Amino acid sequence: MERAAVELVGVTKQFGGDVTAVDNLDLTIRDGEFFSLLGPSGCGKTTTLRMIAGFEFPTEGSVRIHGSEMGLKPPNERPVNTVFQSYALFPHMTVFDNVAFGLEMQKVAKTDVETRVRRVLDQVQLAQRADAKPSQLSGGMQQRVALARALVNEPEVLLLDEPLGALDLKLRQNMQYELKDLQSRVGITFVYVTHDQEEALTMSDRIGVMSHGRLLQVGDSHEIYERPTSRFVADFIGDINLIDGEISGSRSVRLSNGVEVGISAGHPQTGPVTLALRPERLALHPANDPPAQGRNQMKARITRRTYFGDVYFYDVEAGFDHPLEVKEENRPEIGTHAVGDEVTVSWTPDAANLVTD
Amino acid sequence: MTQAPVTPELEKAAERAESRRGFLIGLPASGYLVLFFAIPLALVFVYSFASRSSTGLTVLEDWNLDSYRRLLDPLVVEIFVRSFVLALTTTVICLLASYPFAYYIATRGAALRNVLLILVMIPFWSNFLVRTYAWRVLLGTDGVISQISQAFGGDSIRVLFTPLAVLIGLVYGYLPFMVLPLYAAIERLDWSLVEAARDLYADGWTAFRRVTLPLSMPGVVAGSILVFIPSLGAYVTPAILGGARTVLMGDYIVSQFLAARNWPFGSALSFAVMFVMLIAAMFYFRAGAKTL
Amino acid sequence: MSEGAGPRGIVDRLLSANAIAVYVFLYAPIVLLVIFSFNDNNNVSIWTEPSLRWYGEMFRNDQVMGALQNSLLVALVATAVSTVLGTALAISLERYRYRGRGTLDGLAYLPIIIPDVTMAVMLLVFFFQAFGILDSLTGIRLTAGLHTIILAHIAFNISFVAVVVRARIAQFDDALEEAAADLYATRWQTFRKVTLPLIAPGVAGGALLALTLSLDDVVVTQFVSGAGSTTLPVYVFGLVRRGVTPLINAVSVVMLVASMVLVAVSLGLQRSAAGRQKMLTEPSVVYERTT
Repeated sequence: MERAAVELVGVTKQFGGDVTAVDNLDLTIRDGEFFSLLGPSGCGKTTTLRMIAGFEFPTEGSVRIHGSEMGLKPPNERPVNTVFQSYALFPHMTVFDNVAFGLEMQKVAKTDVETRVRRVLDQVQLAQRADAKPSQLSGGMQQRVALARALVNEPEVLLLDEPLGALDLKLRQNMQYELKDLQSRVGITFVYVTHDQEEALTMSDRIGVMSHGRLLQVGDSHEIYERPTSRFVADFIGDINLIDGEISGSRSVRLSNGVEVGISAGHPQTGPVTLALRPERLALHPANDPPAQGRNQMKARITRRTYFGDVYFYDVEAGFDHPLEVKEENRPEIGTHAVGDEVTVSWTPDAANLVTD
Repeated sequence: MTQAPVTPELEKAAERAESRRGFLIGLPASGYLVLFFAIPLALVFVYSFASRSSTGLTVLEDWNLDSYRRLLDPLVVEIFVRSFVLALTTTVICLLASYPFAYYIATRGAALRNVLLILVMIPFWSNFLVRTYAWRVLLGTDGVISQISQAFGGDSIRVLFTPLAVLIGLVYGYLPFMVLPLYAAIERLDWSLVEAARDLYADGWTAFRRVTLPLSMPGVVAGSILVFIPSLGAYVTPAILGGARTVLMGDYIVSQFLAARNWPFGSALSFAVMFVMLIAAMFYFRAGAKTL
Repeated sequence: MSEGAGPRGIVDRLLSANAIAVYVFLYAPIVLLVIFSFNDNNNVSIWTEPSLRWYGEMFRNDQVMGALQNSLLVALVATAVSTVLGTALAISLERYRYRGRGTLDGLAYLPIIIPDVTMAVMLLVFFFQAFGILDSLTGIRLTAGLHTIILAHIAFNISFVAVVVRARIAQFDDALEEAAADLYATRWQTFRKVTLPLIAPGVAGGALLALTLSLDDVVVTQFVSGAGSTTLPVYVFGLVRRGVTPLINAVSVVMLVASMVLVAVSLGLQRSAAGRQKMLTEPSVVYERTT
């Protein structure tokens, strides 16, 4: 069995007695994995990270790192290090002194400090800038210093609080790959907080999606995107069509426009449900090219077409209180549709997910 | 130390320990302020209800409101009104001179602006007593202004020891208090708002009146109060430049303690002045400080 | 700004004229004072010929030199104590939450707002009462002197130091202290290695402000000083009230130069231009110059 790097058991954090930032959270982060906490601002992800680091104490609950209870231990007694959103580089120290700080505080011998700092600066390609002050470096370089400053301590767990948030798009994408590579090289458990779903999907081994202080779903990127279990997760990650309906049989749902469609897995309950469908899983068929048998289908009319270069986005009217979104690739063999065209929308039963509210 | 899972009680205890730490760090200073500021303040308040013996000693019995009743004495009211009018006049003159001045500085280029600002600050940071004293060299009977007047065939002019001299001294002393908040308010103004007003058919003057002026109002309020408060309690300036006839509040309070030996009445006077100032200061913190 | 000489040109010219007038108003008295301090005449404002006569007289005057010594002693001690206390107060108010913090915050601001005269009166009454009680309880008789002046100066300086240091603390990112703790620094190490170096310019600025305030103060000092414990401003104030002599011009110029040197030093300590401007224009700091 894999060892747990971080365990949170029944962790609740209240601020000022009435604001609940984190609500009875249970979470196990495996040793050596790249774990992302994903959610909109104010969902409690940063507070969760800060409780692991020791900047905040839970109001109630247990935080364990490699099995040992953290309780009310201050940050300087915890075997974790943090990369801050603002980097928090000490402006009055050189890059070298920033990186050496943690080792010096741990009373590591001077010669060891020198070698370890040099080595980690090499790793992040900043060996040339050891004597620079943080303010003389670009945002991307500062980011790497922050990373080096934490990694040089060889923490059991590295905590990263939206570390790429302040970088521009191109740099951010490069850093995503670098971070992921680095993590697989050093083998340290990363706990990564972000509100950027793309970042989470591309980098993580597993993702925990949070909303209003609760952990809604934990799974790998594929599960989170393809099999969201709740309306919130489905809606927060990527584009999605949410269609209300009612269970009408063991493998069928009657949608609010009256059309009955098949679903792949049986559903235990009866009554109202919500069907979640990704726009790219829907296909549009002109009258002369009907969909294959076994696909769910319904009549619809194109009400809007938006050109994105690589894809077309269609709004189609299919008898719901809001139009369906359909995404089709811009390839000659697929063909395009004009506003006003009467079409058939289709999808395979396993493309749809039932989600709860 | 082995740790246990956190409970609300443990979290509370940790929070309390943190609070206690903060309190203890501040304790030497807060203790000092209580002993040498809060208690003296309370003491003066207590004194204002005490009575005075025939030899000028304060008797801490027979508590009464006599000192406060005496505030309504026409002589006292006259001193108070005179101080108030003088402070108000000082404020208005400072405002009229400073607004265009601050506007001028704020609309220069960054480098020039810094130089101009530092030039305002230099006299401002130098010794107040000395700066006030300097006017004696200018305003006396054989003062420089009088000499200039005589050189041009005019009469000898003596401004010294008149209310005008005090007014000049006060304006001189407190002008920077007006310039700085005004400068801060105008400098941070978003000029595209003025351009928007011009775009919407306002002429220059209207744009100033409807956009610039209202937006710089916090600076006007802050500056006015920063000038008004110290002017009202001024003591050094009238003592150096004013004559015996223009007794002002600060002077009057001092005389109750050092000359007349009527401490209860002096205490009541202090509280009356402080009351007016605290009201003004409250306006300052509510209207001005937020934006500064 | 391309309208050239239209109404805009006239307005600009009026603004310039006003600015020049204000600068002349600000500097004329100071410049004249400096000029006349080098005047040989017995009359303060009638020029005869340049000389260093009054500076010589000043250095030979025992009272001036004694008062100067007192001033320096008082200012140095009061500054040292109030800088330590004020910095601790600033940290306590800015970084912690505890019951009574709001009240303390208000109490710490009051000495800045309260007029000098009131502050002077308060301390006069306080020392009188305290000495009376001490006498009746223990028979120890204390009188006012340099120690009461120092105690009084610390009382108003703490608040000014705290305001300046707080402005500095408020500017810096809490995450820096968290980062230090995260990197295994104890609270004390965090303070010594991160917090203190970063607020040092503020602390230095506060200390220099306290020093100028202490060297400037007339009113409070006059009320709490005992016989034979005059400071230089109180001595000068006394002289001025009796009548002016060119000696005062010379002493004044020395005081003027001293305060300018202090400002220059404190400006030099602020690393950034923004910090400099902030320090100069910090409203509460501004407020204090009402002696």
